[in-house]
Formats: sequence, C-alpha cells, structure tokens
Amino acid sequence: MIEVTNLTKDYGDKRAVDGLTFTVQPGIVTGFLGPNGSGKSTTMRLILGLDAPNKGDATVNGKHYRDHPAPLHEVGALLEARSVHTGRSAYNHLLALAQTHGIAKRRVAEMIDLVGLHDVARKRAGQFSLGMGQRLGIAAALIGDPKTVLLDEPVNGLDPEGIHWVRNLLKGLAAEGRTVFVSSHLMSEMALTADHLIVIGRGKLIADTSVDEFVARASEKVVLVRSPDLTRLQEELAGPGVSFESAERGAVEVHGLTAEQVGDAAASAGVVLHELTPQHASLEEAFMNLTRDELEFGAQGAPVEEVVA
Amino acid sequence: MSAVASTPQVPRLETTGRVTFPRVLLSEWTKFRSVRSTAWSLGVGILLTIGFPLLFAAVTSSHWGQMSPQDRASRSPLDIALAGVNVAQLAIAVLGVLVVSAEYSTGSIRATFSAVPKRLPVLWAKLLDYAAISLALMVPAVLISFFATQAILSRHDILQVSVTAPGIARCVLMGAVYVMLVGLFAMALGAIVRNTAGGIALFAGIFFVLPPLMFTLPQTWNNAISQYLPSNAGRQIFSLDHGSHTLTPLAGGLVFAAYCVTAIAVAAFLLRRRDV
Repeated sequence: MIEVTNLTKDYGDKRAVDGLTFTVQPGIVTGFLGPNGSGKSTTMRLILGLDAPNKGDATVNGKHYRDHPAPLHEVGALLEARSVHTGRSAYNHLLALAQTHGIAKRRVAEMIDLVGLHDVARKRAGQFSLGMGQRLGIAAALIGDPKTVLLDEPVNGLDPEGIHWVRNLLKGLAAEGRTVFVSSHLMSEMALTADHLIVIGRGKLIADTSVDEFVARASEKVVLVRSPDLTRLQEELAGPGVSFESAERGAVEVHGLTAEQVGDAAASAGVVLHELTPQHASLEEAFMNLTRDELEFGAQGAPVEEVVA
Repeated sequence: MSAVASTPQVPRLETTGRVTFPRVLLSEWTKFRSVRSTAWSLGVGILLTIGFPLLFAAVTSSHWGQMSPQDRASRSPLDIALAGVNVAQLAIAVLGVLVVSAEYSTGSIRATFSAVPKRLPVLWAKLLDYAAISLALMVPAVLISFFATQAILSRHDILQVSVTAPGIARCVLMGAVYVMLVGLFAMALGAIVRNTAGGIALFAGIFFVLPPLMFTLPQTWNNAISQYLPSNAGRQIFSLDHGSHTLTPLAGGLVFAAYCVTAIAVAAFLLRRRDV
C-alpha cells in the first residue's frame, strides 16, 4: 500500500507536484496517468525518497521508504530514467543490488531468466537496446520479491510481445496480492492493464477512480445532434458550459448537455431533430478532455493534439 | 494460444534479509570490480608507481660517471624509489572521483539509493573498499619500487640505503598511504561535485594549480601558506627530512588527514540532503 498525503515538490519556481493526496491499494493494478511533464516521475521519486518533498508525506507499507530495514523486499521500482551503469553487465548490476540485502546469487539468475536476458546478461548494459534496458529494470524491481511494485512507463521501448508480457506480469503481481502502481501517458495502455486510475495534470490530482467510472464520467454530456435547422438549435442550446463542435454535414456535437436536455430544448423550441446520439468518447479522448485544462503549456482552448505533438 | 499460458510467474523468495553494512560493503565491491575503469586506473597507477622509479634509477645509474658533484648530491635513493607516487596519485584520484561521479552520470545512483535509502552506508562502503584495494596494491608497489631501484643502483654501488635505516621504511610505506588518502580525498570531491569532469578539474586545481600559484604571492606569504596546502602537507609523510618552511611528517600527515576528513564530512552532509 502506498499513501501519499498533500505531497508537494518545487524545483526552483516550478511546482512539479502540487498537494497530491491518494492511496494505492494492494491486490489491484493502479494506473498513474498524466500527460508528459505532469509530475508522475517526480511523485515516484518522492515515494522512493530519492527526492525530498517541500511539503506533505509519502509512505509505503506504513513507513517512509527510507525507514524500511529491507527496502527491496518492500518496494521494487523501475524508474523512467535509466538507473544502470553503462559499463557494468546486467548480471553484476543485479548482483550488486541483491548483495545489499543478502539475496543469493541464484535469485539473480532466476530474474535474468524471467525477463529473458539470459543471452546478454554478461554484456555491458550500455550496449542494451531500450527494450532490453526496460527488461533489466523490471528484473531489478522484482529481485527482492517486493510487496509493492512501482513502475514508471514500463512498456516504453518494448515490442508488442514485450508489452503483452508486461501486462500479464502486472496482473499476475496484483493477483498475488501485491500493490502495483504503474505510470503511463497512454490511456489506452492503462485501460488494458489497470483496475483503478489516478490521473494527474500539472502536479495536481484530477481523478482518483475506477477505470469504468473514469470513462463514464469523462464521456457523458457529449451528444451528436442532426437537424435541418442547426443554426436555430444552437441558439436555443447556447449557454454557460455549452460548446459546439461541427461534425459531419448537417450534424453538430454538443458538449456540456445530456441527450435529454438537448431533446427537451429542441421540442420546446419546435426544432426538428433527425438524430440524437449520446457519444461515448474513446478512452484517449476521455483522458484528453480531463487533462485539457491542466496541460503544462496548453493555450486557452487550443486543441490538445497540437499541444502534445 | 492463451494469455494465461504466457503469464510470467515471479519466483518467490524464501528468505528475506535486511540491509547491513557488510552487505553494502560487498555490494560496493562488486560494483567496483565490475567496471573497466577500475582495472585501467589501478593498472596505470601501479605501472607509474613502479615504472617511473625504475626508469629514474636506470638513467641515474648509467649517467653517474658523467654527473657533476652537485647533480650527484641532488639525487637521493628515497626520491628515486618514490618518484612514481607523484604521478600515480593522478590515476588514483581520477578513479576516486569516477567511482562516485559515474553513478550520477549513468543514473545508477538511483538504483543504489533505492537499495540503500539511508545513503551514508554507501559512501562509507565506497571509501572503505577503495582504501583497502588501493593500500593492498600500493604497498607492494612501493616496496617493489624501493628494492628494484636499489638493485639497479647497486650495480654501480651508488645511492645505497638500508630499509632498516631511520625513517626509510616509514617513508616507503607512507608513500602508499599518501596515495590512498589522495584517492579518498578525490572520492569526496566526486561526491560533492557529482560530475566527472568537474571533480577531476577540482582535484587538479587543488593539487597541481594551487601550489605553483602560491609563488605569485610575496615570498613570506608563500612560505607561511604553502606548507598547509593539501599536497604539500600530505607529501611530508613520505619525506625523510623537512625544511624550515615545510611541516614535520606527523604535522603534515595530520593536516592532510584533516583535509580528507573535512571533504568527506561535506560529502556526507550533502549526500543525505540532496535530491538525486
């Protein structure tokens, strides 16, 4: 279990993490979602005690990470940035980690086999591809058989087979009762893996919800309306919090109103409707809708796609 | 093909242990021996410690007949035997900086501090491992250098000195201790600066730029200050006699040790406080 309370971290004038409070429960995969630069990696470093918070607190399994007498048995972490000496072999990297806790050499070999690095275990890690580096990072995270697993963008650089493997690994770890906290900037990836979501933007908590709720909440109140008299309909519907996006010819997407509200308004104004369809936004759209206003450099009202491109 | 079949099973660990200092010491030793820069730097250090004096002795021996009395008087057996120490210290210092700074440049420090989040045991282990290995290599190196140069010089029966003569054994052994202390000092600099180029530059500045810079000061100032510089104070521990403007071996050794302790204390203080 990971408990984060009012966690705040400043780098100079920039507030990277802003009053975050959330709990990561054991037994499920919790996705940590946010656009690039939203503070996910910083939060993970704060949980591991690599960086010190300006305010607030983060504990793992009831203690500050630093206070655990055997941290590798409590938490296994894969950080986004590489954490391996480029001149050292995968085997020796894992061995040095294992030795700090008196973990046997046999375990090192087991982990190397688990992540499929057997043939390159004696090669210098600097020669590894991104995907091999990720596999080594996962082996390092699991070497202490930890109760809590913390993975920052674990599928980065993996091939489809590797991505599939990581998904199953995470689900398997959660099924064994471990706490699994995994970050991503890809909603679609999280939808396949996670049970619960913690969404942040600009270091602030946006949502702490199950995946199903998240999708439902973000996709409600978008209605596709087809009408021969769109102009009058839009005049009738216009109001605070309501916006329109032109869809195909003769139709418009209404944001901010439910299908019922649009239908009622059309009936009372006597506008003919040819279609009235609640839209289920894709997961990616739901995520972007939620984080649109929180994007680091997002200009007011600018399309998100342009901002993140 | 089912997804269940490919579900990776993480083997469970039957026994769990906690982080102890001997374990950190072993882990740091594994890290130390498993990168190429270690073998290279130590190899160069030993080569210079032995090779330089051999060359010095050979040249002195073969030219002795043509040398002026002043030249002959300026040669001392101890200076010849320990001529390699001054150059070997650079190789040892570079490795000392690198042992810490490479952890930051490669990012492996994050893995290190994830395994040992209290951090300080890592610094103590690095210092202790490095002190042990540099002493274990440098003591034989200076002994080989002493006896080999004596053997070369004995062919013309010149500059002979017994290892049991007053101060000789102390100087030879302290040559190795000096190199070890330089390595620890450099390691502390590496931990403070956290950058390879910066750490080496800082070391070179203190050991090779500062001393000649002192000659730009008025003579009396230079005489008063220079003896307290780390390099000048430190080298007294392997000097047979001291002049009016140099410290005694004991005082010099204590001053240099104080520099090392201060640098390590600053490194430890920063290590605990800084983000990585």
